Amino acid sequence: MKHAPALMAEFDSGPALLGGLRALRACGLSRFDAFTPYEITGLQEALGVRRSRLTWIALAAGLVGGGGAYFLQWWINVVDYPLNIGGRPYHSAPAFIPITFEMAILFASAAALISALVLGGLPRLWHPVFEVDGFDRATIDRFWLAVGVGDSALDRARNTAALEAAGALRVVWLGGES
Amino acid sequence: MTAVAAARDDEVLIGRPSDGALSDQLLSTTRRPFTRGWKVAFAICGALTVMLFAMVTLTVMRGIGMWGNNIPNAWGFGIINFVWWIGIGHAGTFISAILLVLEQNWRTSINRFTEGMTLFAVMQAGLFPLLHLGRPWFAYWLFPYPSVMGTWPQVRSALPWDAAAVTTYFLVSLMFWYLGMIPDLAALRDRAHTRARRIVYGIFALGWRGSAQQWRHHKVAYLLLAGLATPLVVSVHSIVSLDFATTGLPGWHSTLFPPFFVAGAIFSGFALVMTLIIPVRKVFKLENVITPRHFDAMAKMMLIMSWIAAYAYIAEFFVAWYSGDRYEVYQQLVNRPTGWYAWAFWVMLFCNCIVTQLFWSRRMRRNLKVLFVVSLLINLGMWLERFEIIVVSLSRDFLPSSWHIFVPTWVDIGILTGTLGFFGLLFLGYLRLVPFIPIAEMKQMRAELVATSQGVQP
Repeated sequence: MKHAPALMAEFDSGPALLGGLRALRACGLSRFDAFTPYEITGLQEALGVRRSRLTWIALAAGLVGGGGAYFLQWWINVVDYPLNIGGRPYHSAPAFIPITFEMAILFASAAALISALVLGGLPRLWHPVFEVDGFDRATIDRFWLAVGVGDSALDRARNTAALEAAGALRVVWLGGES
Repeated sequence: MTAVAAARDDEVLIGRPSDGALSDQLLSTTRRPFTRGWKVAFAICGALTVMLFAMVTLTVMRGIGMWGNNIPNAWGFGIINFVWWIGIGHAGTFISAILLVLEQNWRTSINRFTEGMTLFAVMQAGLFPLLHLGRPWFAYWLFPYPSVMGTWPQVRSALPWDAAAVTTYFLVSLMFWYLGMIPDLAALRDRAHTRARRIVYGIFALGWRGSAQQWRHHKVAYLLLAGLATPLVVSVHSIVSLDFATTGLPGWHSTLFPPFFVAGAIFSGFALVMTLIIPVRKVFKLENVITPRHFDAMAKMMLIMSWIAAYAYIAEFFVAWYSGDRYEVYQQLVNRPTGWYAWAFWVMLFCNCIVTQLFWSRRMRRNLKVLFVVSLLINLGMWLERFEIIVVSLSRDFLPSSWHIFVPTWVDIGILTGTLGFFGLLFLGYLRLVPFIPIAEMKQMRAELVATSQGVQP
């Protein structure tokens, strides 16, 4: 969710947040996001989030790193700067394996870190949700559920009642409702 | 001991503090007032660090002749300390990566602590090969770059492998450590009591807000980095051991070396974790998150690694005898147990194989005084093991006419002591700047423990 959500609700536990999510789904809403201090078991499934695709990015980067390292070693030893050491072959595949392996790991790890940040929308030091009063507890012990603007089923009275029935501590409308 | 107390003793988290209480407790390590003990420790480590830089300056100005190294002992303290420090780092990765992949929940409380230990130990380790080059200002020659001299590194030698392995190890450990810490840096930002702290921690937290998208990618990347670090940690010390094993020297030329080195590395690393965590737990009153269960598990790991080391020592003897090679036989069966440095051999054997047998007893595995003393002895024993491999082997090579006893100089001893101080300085800073117990992971573990105890499948 790049922009400010329309509606946010605060809960005091992960299971309560899941309850609020079910209540809003029953109201017909579908554009959800959640902000939690730690991963909640079952939340990803409840939000319908698919498995991250960053493993494929890391795999590609690892292959590039390993392949590049092998190619570079071959090119150094065979083409550009061949050194005869006791008559051993210039293209010594076993001797190239350690560096190939290390570079594959290094590139895959760097790709995993960078894609985790970029796909998660980081770094972005300021975000509209930080302006919500009490949101600073989202990294400590409060669980926030959000609904994006433009969800056609948004209805201030009905949604607020559903959330409060589900145990929301607070419901905040950010003025983006339709 | 009653059944209830015994069960409580086995918990990875004593009590079930609320998320808020747990966060406050674990964040408080960064904002408690500085105690006198901490200041004294910081001052000592700072002084040792200054000494380290003085010794390094001396080595760079006057050259490597300031050290005790001489032919045939071309590798003296420099390489012993390198292998010792980098080995220590391995337990950090073992705890944070391998135990994560194996779903051992006792790793959660101590993983970031040991990752910090890994990073700082690898920093100390990196110093030694750099200085050992003799002309450290040419260290970049180890990396392939299109130089105007038209030359390239010789990648069929084990030394560029080492450069690649250690650099990769440091960078991957750093990335893993940082990725795991981002949610906790955000917690520090949100609980900051001064504007300056809010800004600084806010920048390092990169704007983390714990959204479902962020957790989704974070989780996969964290597991993936653990999966990548698992073979990495095995490869790093294997490659270090190849620096030895690929040569023809009696005492080095052995296919046993890679697994022997990896096991020894994890052994010494667990010992240093123990040495550090016992005082830190007491000072920061972390008895509820670092419990007897953790000490028990780590002591068991040390016992296992000790047996692997013992097996390796026996295998070295057997292979030397079985090879029939007179140089190997002399090196392993005569020189080590009865030669000039025999005392080092017997002390090593006592520290690494004998004293650890105490850990067969559950009571000993949970006795902090015993654990602390034994962990110090293992640190010593593992340093002596590297001394045994490097100095003892080199001082008695093929030709008796070139035999020579190695004696360290005061610069050697100063640099070793200095790295201990520098490590301590970095670690003391680390304990006060960031939460060294992973808060988000602890809260998640607590939630899962609560769910399990209520009979809900997590």
